[in-house]
Amino acid sequence: MNIVACVKQVPDTEAAIKVKPDGSGIDEAGIKWVMNPYDEFGVEEALKLKEKFGGDVTIVSVGPARALETIRTALAMGADKGIHINDPALEGADAYNIAAALAAAIKGIPHDIIFCGQRAIDDDAGQVGSVLAEFLGIPQVTFVTKLDVEGASIKVIRPIEGAQLLIESSLPCVVTAQKGLNEPRYASLPGIMKAKKKPVDVKNAAELGVTVAPKAKIAKTLPPPARPPGKIICGEEPAEKARELAKLLREEAKVI
Amino acid sequence: MAKGVWIVAEQRYGAYRKISFELVSAARKLADQLGEEVGAILLGSGIEGIAGELGKYGADKVYVADNALFEPYTTDAHAAAIAKLVKEQDPSILLLGASAQGKDLSSRLVGKLATGMATDCVDLKIADGKLISIRPMYAGKCNGEIVVSAFPQMASLRPNVFPAVENPKTAEIVKFDPGLDPGQLKTKVLEVQKDTSGKVDLTEANVIVSGGRGMKGPEGYGILEELADALGATVGASRAAVDAGWRPQKDQVGQTGKVVSPNLYIACGISGAIQHLAGMGSSKYIVAINKDPDAPIFARADYGIVDDLFKVVPELTKEVKKLLA
Repeated sequence: MNIVACVKQVPDTEAAIKVKPDGSGIDEAGIKWVMNPYDEFGVEEALKLKEKFGGDVTIVSVGPARALETIRTALAMGADKGIHINDPALEGADAYNIAAALAAAIKGIPHDIIFCGQRAIDDDAGQVGSVLAEFLGIPQVTFVTKLDVEGASIKVIRPIEGAQLLIESSLPCVVTAQKGLNEPRYASLPGIMKAKKKPVDVKNAAELGVTVAPKAKIAKTLPPPARPPGKIICGEEPAEKARELAKLLREEAKVI
Repeated sequence: MAKGVWIVAEQRYGAYRKISFELVSAARKLADQLGEEVGAILLGSGIEGIAGELGKYGADKVYVADNALFEPYTTDAHAAAIAKLVKEQDPSILLLGASAQGKDLSSRLVGKLATGMATDCVDLKIADGKLISIRPMYAGKCNGEIVVSAFPQMASLRPNVFPAVENPKTAEIVKFDPGLDPGQLKTKVLEVQKDTSGKVDLTEANVIVSGGRGMKGPEGYGILEELADALGATVGASRAAVDAGWRPQKDQVGQTGKVVSPNLYIACGISGAIQHLAGMGSSKYIVAINKDPDAPIFARADYGIVDDLFKVVPELTKEVKKLLA
């Protein structure tokens, strides 16, 4: 089974995000970069399938030079090879253009299942997996928390509001990973050593035959809206404070 | 030239999801500013009878395709039918819900329609005839203003944020042929396993009572369940509580859990790590109950109580019961 896992390098969830004064984006100084946590679930699932069915796991990432570290992390976890799409025109590009580049790279390699995270925790857009599936002309199953391969198809669990769906899809297919799918492994020391020697192909948009034509842009980045200062409820006893809170929620906030 | 503000309605087995009315209301507001019409797309099986209801919130036209292949929802069937209609009719704006279904469908449509989209928006405005979509990024650590240069300009709207406002119109019902080819459908829903708890999903809840590390263990959640029952609320949890195995994965609120927007979010024993604040920061009212006065959650709370939650919460439940009796 040939599996592709798409990964994105993103700021660590602990990172404080500072907006540039001119609103042109975020200040990247001092940010610790990590693999998008949802992509980690995809990489882990890819490795589990490889262990079960054999085959190759290819990691594909769009990003600047530093994104290579994230590809190496996935290789250290056990993936076989990487494709690093590095092109300034793709930096901060919209989902359509990122997916076009990924599709161009993936078309050239065998793929039964392609994993993506359900979203990246930087722009939180959650579009690339589906657009990639469209470019490749294959089905998608998104927000997957369980996956079983049965012959030439997969069965997955996808939680929705108030229910879980059991969905069957033909292969090849794009699967977007949701938390709960698995517990990603840590890279072992021998894994890290081996990863250094695994092949990573670096390509730019032109080499992939892709022309970047923006569809959407972040016109402005703003700090989150300020919340008015809150009220600390004082009182002698817990009961008194609770009574005051209930009253405020009822009469001032009007939410109960 | 692209014209019209359109939405994709969401229904299950003939019952609208609330997001449908939120979408029509948001579209009405934009359409009035642009002097354009509101169009709604409704797909389902045996749903013609409910099409007119969207007029109540201001839809001028409802495009309906009734076909057994639309229920239950699959990406293949819905995306193909909507893309065909949208390409023919060329609306300027297309809005969907950032719900489980809407997220899956809208992102596929971005590919099919070769356009751009702002995901999970909390505000929309029009400037110089263009849609500007405001959305949290980095899990709410900052906001972005998104402009889509292609058509339709797509946005998905966070549930529970845009008010559903009645604005009655007599909607014209337009039936259309979805042109479905069953051979093109590559995915199939084999089973719908319903959650039998009877609780509203966190992403749709009006009130959430959430507990973190301060609950001290799974048994601590009993008092939160009681408060939630009194309020008609859903119980959520912080990552710490989920990782400790006290609560199931589906209850997690935060950057790697669910993003929620209730009217009221009561955080009990939650310190307010940046990842948690990211998941509930757009709640309308936030209450924090925590014995640590320095907990970061208090900086985000509208109302705070610094005290032992095991003493405060049962008292609060009593007070709520009295008020709602």
